Amino acid sequence: MSQRPIAEDDLHAYVDRALEPEREAEVAAYLKDHPDVAKRVANYSDQRCWLRSALAPFAEEPLPPQLNLSRIIQGQHRRPSSFRWAIAAMLMLAIGGIGGWVIRGATQLPAGGIAALSQEASDSYQVYASDRTRPVELRDSTELAAWVSSRLRQPVKLPDLSKSGYRFMGGRVVPTAHGPAAMYMYDDDRGDRLVVLTRPMTSDQNAPMAPHASGNVGGFSWADDGMGYSLVGPGSAETLRPLANEIRKQARSI
Amino acid sequence: MSDMLRQIEPVIPALRRYARALVRNRAAADDLVQDCLERAVRHWQQRRDDGNPRPWLFAILHNLAVNQFRRAATRGKHVTIDEAGEHEIGQQAAQEQKLIYQDVLGKLAKLPDEQRAVLLLIAVEDLSYAEAANVLNIPIGTVMSRLSRARERLQQELDRPADIPSSNVVQLRSSP
Repeated sequence: MSQRPIAEDDLHAYVDRALEPEREAEVAAYLKDHPDVAKRVANYSDQRCWLRSALAPFAEEPLPPQLNLSRIIQGQHRRPSSFRWAIAAMLMLAIGGIGGWVIRGATQLPAGGIAALSQEASDSYQVYASDRTRPVELRDSTELAAWVSSRLRQPVKLPDLSKSGYRFMGGRVVPTAHGPAAMYMYDDDRGDRLVVLTRPMTSDQNAPMAPHASGNVGGFSWADDGMGYSLVGPGSAETLRPLANEIRKQARSI
Repeated sequence: MSDMLRQIEPVIPALRRYARALVRNRAAADDLVQDCLERAVRHWQQRRDDGNPRPWLFAILHNLAVNQFRRAATRGKHVTIDEAGEHEIGQQAAQEQKLIYQDVLGKLAKLPDEQRAVLLLIAVEDLSYAEAANVLNIPIGTVMSRLSRARERLQQELDRPADIPSSNVVQLRSSP
């Protein structure tokens, strides 16, 4: 038998049956010699039984229709993915429309800012992501990075989203009113496509990450040190937030 | 997609049990679980490990519940107490058992939220200490100390005379 003293953690692990057999035997032997501790441990084991029995009926209740997983999955695959998102998108458009109208008179939005970038990214998504024949011009990432770097006149690194389940499909240089931009495209196992658009910013050299939505697509845009980035995908912006964070993290580490 | 269905579906009963133990109201608990499932479906591709989705699902559910507690706290309102498994145990012979269960759940509800969560995840949902630490986003040492305090506190409550004849049942009966 080892000489390791019995710790409070061992007692809990004993109750939760999380100990190695050897250690469990040591704790059992210890408890035999210490009836007061044994009483406490027995109480904790009883708690465990009572809690499990008292809560068991909740796990056995028949599932209500709202928790039918097949239906939840179907609901989210339809486009617009669900009624709720459709309403949210309509509200955002309405707010954007009214807000835009109100702001228009007072302060003219800078034309090259991230609002413009978001629009360009959404446009690229609409045109290229729906293209089943030739969505991208170059599939080779090294070749693409060289092309884009020369057109944007700065070194670029292509975001890698494979850890998030999105494969790199390729990309192309696309025209915008503010000069050339690079478009990268990704897809997942379901065939859902994402587009990342990036270009040097003429205004909004640094802008915090902000969601945008346009029709049935949404995403996030931001700018870091003069480079703008916009991520666009199907459905709501919020689902893309972790991906946007990932892209920003990778771009900052160049 | 069928893979997602196959992996998530078996966990739903446990998610309901955990939600129910946290919020103690059937409709509110099922709404939480529904939110959790919708999120899980949307983010399925983004989950970290491809192994056991159970801790990941519990983490989503737990975060939703915590947000709800925060909102409830700012409104200064507490969740209502719901009937506990009345449909399942209705016979007279089981009546006493049922009262004991209600008493245990009533006393569990008196624990601070963070102690209750640790105790439920480990003692009822069988998560490992490391998995519970992940779900709650706290170090494993904190899991152990909260677990220890939760058990001690619950024992103090259980050692007190049962609440059965007084407040609990009356409250249950009068709740809508």
